Formats: sequence, C-alpha cells, structure tokens
Amino acid sequence: MSRIDVRKTYKLYIGGQFPRSESGRSYVVNDAKGRLLANAAQASRKDARDAVVAARAAFGGWSGRTAYNRAQVVYRIAEVLEGRRDQFEAELRASEGITPAKARSYVDAAIDRLVWYAGWADKITQVVGNANPVAGPYFNLSTPEPSGVIAVVAPRGPLLGLVSVVAPLIITGNTVVVIASEQHPLTAITLGEVMATSDLPGGVVNVLTGSVAEIAPWLASHMDVNGIDLTGVEDAQLAADLEAASADNLKRVRRPAPGTDWLAEPGLDRMTRFLETKTVWHPIGV
Amino acid sequence: MTHQMFDDVVRSDSSLRRFLHGLPGVDQVGCEARAAGLGTRSIKTTAKAFAIDLAIRMVDLTTLEGQDTHGKVRALASKAMRPDPADPTCPATAAVCVYPDMVATARQTLGDSGVHVAAVATAFPSGRAAMDIKLADTRDAVEAGADEIDMVIDRGAFLSGRYLEVFEEIAQVREACGDAHLKVIFETGELQTYDNVRRASWLAMMAGGHFIKTSTGKVQPAATLPVTLIMLEAVRDFREQTGQMVGVKPAGGIKTTKDAIKYLVMVNEICGEDWLDPDWFRFGASTLLNDLLMQRTKMTTGRYSGPDYFTLD
Repeated sequence: MSRIDVRKTYKLYIGGQFPRSESGRSYVVNDAKGRLLANAAQASRKDARDAVVAARAAFGGWSGRTAYNRAQVVYRIAEVLEGRRDQFEAELRASEGITPAKARSYVDAAIDRLVWYAGWADKITQVVGNANPVAGPYFNLSTPEPSGVIAVVAPRGPLLGLVSVVAPLIITGNTVVVIASEQHPLTAITLGEVMATSDLPGGVVNVLTGSVAEIAPWLASHMDVNGIDLTGVEDAQLAADLEAASADNLKRVRRPAPGTDWLAEPGLDRMTRFLETKTVWHPIGV
Repeated sequence: MTHQMFDDVVRSDSSLRRFLHGLPGVDQVGCEARAAGLGTRSIKTTAKAFAIDLAIRMVDLTTLEGQDTHGKVRALASKAMRPDPADPTCPATAAVCVYPDMVATARQTLGDSGVHVAAVATAFPSGRAAMDIKLADTRDAVEAGADEIDMVIDRGAFLSGRYLEVFEEIAQVREACGDAHLKVIFETGELQTYDNVRRASWLAMMAGGHFIKTSTGKVQPAATLPVTLIMLEAVRDFREQTGQMVGVKPAGGIKTTKDAIKYLVMVNEICGEDWLDPDWFRFGASTLLNDLLMQRTKMTTGRYSGPDYFTLD
C-alpha cells in the first residue's frame, strides 16, 4: 500500500499563530502551468483587524529593543531561511515555473537582503539622525523613530519581493501587517514559519493572504495604522483610492513602484519612509 | 429586610444549611456547554448597535487601585457622563465604582447627571475586618453620597459552612445601606465549585441583596460565562418563587465588546428581556468601555478606530 502524502494547510500568520481565516474562506492557488497547487486562506477584513491589534500589541516591545538586538533577530531569520532553502527553491519553482538556477538565485538574494538590512539596524540612526548646531547652550539631537504599525501590500515575487518590503520596516522597529502577493501567497506563509521560529516576537510581522482589493481598503482607512506601503498595488485606481482613504489619520504613504528591480541594491528609502524624526533639546551643564 | 417566605429557612444555622445543600446541584459539563453554546450566537448590524449602546449603559466604570487620586476619579466621572465626547448620541454609563474615600469627589463631579456612584465597602477586597468596621465603612460611603454599595462576603465563613454568619452579615450591611442599593460580591474565583456559587446566590438574595456580583476583579478567575449563567438562573428562579427581582453584575475580565455581547445574549436567554436593563444587569469594567466605544465608532464611521482616540484610564 502506498503512503499518502501529508499536505500542508496554508493558513494566515497573525500574532505569532497560524489561524485559519475568521471567514472560513479559502481560494485556489495554481502553479505556473495552471494546475492546482494548494488552497490558501482568503483573509477577511476581520482578519486584517486582528492583525492590526496583534501588530499594535507587539509594537511597544519590538520598538523598545535595542537596534543591535533587532539586527540579531533579522539575521536569525536569514540563518533559518538558509537552513530551509531547498524547500523554498522547490516552492518557487512550483509556483513560478522557473529554472532551478533562477530559484536558487532568488533564495540567495532574499537571504542576502535580510543580512544587508540586519546590518543597517544600528547604523541608520547615524546616517539620518543628527546633532544639530543651535544658538543656545543646548545639545540638540535628531533621532529617527519608528512610525508604528505599517500595512504593506507586497509585490509579486513570492520570496524576494516580500522580504524586500518587510525587512526594512521591522529592522527600524515598526511592526507590519502584510498582504502577500495574491497570485503567489504560499511562499509568504512558509516564510511566516521561518519568522515564527527565528526569535521574532509574535505580532511583529503578520501575513494575510487573499484579495488585495478586499482587504487593503480596510487597512488604509484603519485609524490605528500609521503607514501604508502600496508597492504591490497594480491597479492605479485602487492605489489612488487607498491613498485617499489613508489621508484621514495622516498615514505615511509609499506609492506603488512598478518595474522595481528587486535584485538591485535597494538603498535606504524603504527604511527612511516609515521613520519619524524626534528632536530633543538638552541643556549643556555649566 | 429578609423575605418572609424564608423565615423558616434562616431560623437556624442547620435549617439554612439544609436549604442551601438541598438546592439542586449544578451539572458542570452541561453548564459550561450551555454557556459556550450561547456564546456562539452571531449578533450583527442593528442588533449589534443596540447591544453596544445597552452595554455602555450597563457599565459600572470602575477604578479600584491603591494609586487612585481625586483627579483620576474626576476624569473617570466625566467619562462616565459622556463616554464619547465626539458623539452626543452616545449614552452615559450606569455608574462609577470607587473606593469609599473617593465617593464625595465622584458625587461632586457627577451632580444630577443620573450616573450613580457605587462604592466598594466592607473591607474590600478581602473582607477581612471586624463587623463594626465593615458597617462603619458602609455608612461612611453612604453618607458621602454613594447610592450603591458593593460589599464582599466573608468567603472564609462561607467555605467553612457558617452560612448563617454570612447571612447575618449581608442583612446587617443591607440595613446600614439605608436607601442605597446593595450589591453582594461572592468572589466566585474563591468559591471552588459551581454548587457554592448557586448557594451563595440564594443566600445573598434571601438576605436582601439588590444585586449579586461575581467578583472583586482582584482574584483570578474573575467573571466567567458559566458562573454568570448560574447566577442568572438563581435570580430567575428567585423571582418565580417570590416575585422579587434581583440584579446580576459580572465583574472583572470582561474586556471586549464580543465578550459583553455574549453576556447580553445569555441574560436574554436565561432571564428574558426584563433583565436587559441597567437596573438589573451591570458590567463591572474599566477597559471594556473603550472597546465598546471603538466598536461604536466603527459602526458609525465605517472604518476601524484605534485606542489612540480614546482616553486612557
């Protein structure tokens, strides 16, 4: 008698747990040739709400950690990802239909991207912060502070794209609710398993899978979300609507970025976009 | 004060014990299953809006900390009168609940707004003090302007089976309350069994309590659905026998709108609509109010709100 495969149920990643969608819905994900790959959970607005609550709860602890410690944790994600690279390469090949060499290069790039951002954790302050000369007996220091809970619409590119939008946000101390690429959601959940076992506190990254058009407007209008990254929004009208909805509580908005080369070195923009500058005046002693 | 129907019951310690131990035992599994089942009802749209407003009206907005100040009590009282300053259609809460020394401050702020002042008395939360001190504590709170008194029973006496002592205690405090309403706190987290919750409920009702209340909020577990279910059954049965209504107040651990609505569903199913009123059902809570307000704002504006937009208390 042949053995029956143990198939994985792809669920959401919220608050360090892997719950099914509150709505009980799922949708079919096909591979590159249009054959059934798996079912993914189809998140509802309530899952998005729960994810924001989890991200908010995690924010105080995560942003309060030292930059050095955050770097260690993100580096740890890279380590664990390295250890599971075969699984990720296989998933990328199945979902995108790419060659083994190409899949390998994407996983390489994703791991390198995590390490690259990990290195920035305790350096970004020196680059964008400043000691300001002022006309008075004060030390005047500007330091970057994380904005809070950031909603992200992840781009296509199941692994590298996702890592490239999430890593710069968490390394600076923000917490994240990310809607995975609608076409390729499965790798995002597998990456969630990596994050769940990398000392990353539950709630710092929350992964939703499902319809961007359905979930994103709730995150854009959510009063407890401090910023929104529209990188993966492909419909121009939807992007405009989301930007308008974000205005109510003055969210920081990052506009869609069509045609980004994810393999190129990213620059600092993804980190600095969701940082706020805090300036303190401190009297100089006599 | 005592209901005449129970004169025979409370004549002696043994007759009281016979009565309380003669009450039908609680089926633990069945009770928990029933409470869990009632918690699965889906309450949406207009029913939800009704439930949220009703729950706000039932909140006893509570601050019982050693670090309470007059300023904090004033702020809390202002919030009780107008929970959502941005929305005048939002109802006031039922009461504020404070320690006796804060009663005068709360009363002064609340004025004739209709929001009641509840005071915890009788050496809250442990109840470990001499009887005359407990009574003095109660009179003190009433004189300061409290119109509701939340007393704790002597759990030590109750658990050792000295029921008549507990009965006398409640009856005396009730007398010391004068016109103020008396809520009797059982601290169900210390009563060990559901049978004891049922016995305590009957004891307090026979002794003349206007409300029976689950917990002080200082002991875990505090209010739970099964415990509240047993107490609701007790007040329902008590009215069937005596025609007299007694209120129920779960307190502690109810933090979300979802939880609150589960309780309201249970009230309606066990006791009926008569009890769906702030005069007969209350929530002892502090953080619950903000969650109710957030859900209310979500329903009126159509977008999710956040804790940044409501006062911290």
